[in-house]
Amino acid sequence: MIYEVFRQERKGQPLQHAGSVEAADDHFADVYAREQYGRRGESTALWIVPRSAVIEIHEFVDELNRNYHRVDGYPLKEKLKEARDRAVSAKSAGALSAGKG
Amino acid sequence: MDEKVQNTLLEIADDELILGWRDSEWTGIAPLLEEDVAFSSIAQNEIGHARALYELVARERGTTADALAFDRSPDEYRCAPIVELRLLDWAQTIARHYLYEEADAIRLERLKQSDDSEIAGLAAKIDREEAYHRIHAQMWFDRLQGEPRFAAALDELRPQTAALLDPELRGEHTSELPELWEEMTMVRRSQPAGTKW
Repeated sequence: MIYEVFRQERKGQPLQHAGSVEAADDHFADVYAREQYGRRGESTALWIVPRSAVIEIHEFVDELNRNYHRVDGYPLKEKLKEARDRAVSAKSAGALSAGKG
Repeated sequence: MDEKVQNTLLEIADDELILGWRDSEWTGIAPLLEEDVAFSSIAQNEIGHARALYELVARERGTTADALAFDRSPDEYRCAPIVELRLLDWAQTIARHYLYEEADAIRLERLKQSDDSEIAGLAAKIDREEAYHRIHAQMWFDRLQGEPRFAAALDELRPQTAALLDPELRGEHTSELPELWEEMTMVRRSQPAGTKW
């Protein structure tokens, strides 16, 4: 059975995926994970999870293209440029009409 | 440190060195990659224990740990026959590992009671590392018990564990020791005595 191993570099840090071990049961997984990921005192903690317990997510639905949910989906630079362009053309249109009166 | 105590330490050191050598023969060919790493690590620990014990005796005798480990002739070693066996079957190897750790726990407990504080201290340190070996051996025992090859190996090897705890039963070596010694000391003997490594 495959077990995924997560390790913590320092106390308080999130655990990060470090790799996997193949083991017959939880007890073997414990021993092997310690050996592979903890022998040199490089981790403050390990989480060992059977691969079968991992729920994988690879596809994300965005049917209406709601890019405003995304950090990069609302481009402020572009919006500002468009607003400035509108302001400039409004100003020159106003100047033209003001000049006429 | 009297002669008897020195010899006791040499018995344990020789056991650990030779067993460490045999265990290390599985590096690269253990049944599982993870087990390869774990068992190699155990082998390395054993040789480390041997070194620490040799150093205690070496000081008493005005020699070095290396000299004690490698410069004696095969019949001068005090190891028990069981550690000399080249076991080609994993069931046998892990059976020996289990039986050896059982006996080693008993004799380490004795050593921890030594009047000599250095010996007692070293025994305590070794014992703490051996805890990992015992967990590993017990884990395999729990998994394999009832399996015919493992059960057969235990039956076959158990009689030979008596020598681990009774020095009277030591003295004879198996026919495998000379070849093991040749391999183990080959690199050292390739250079003149007194070479700095």
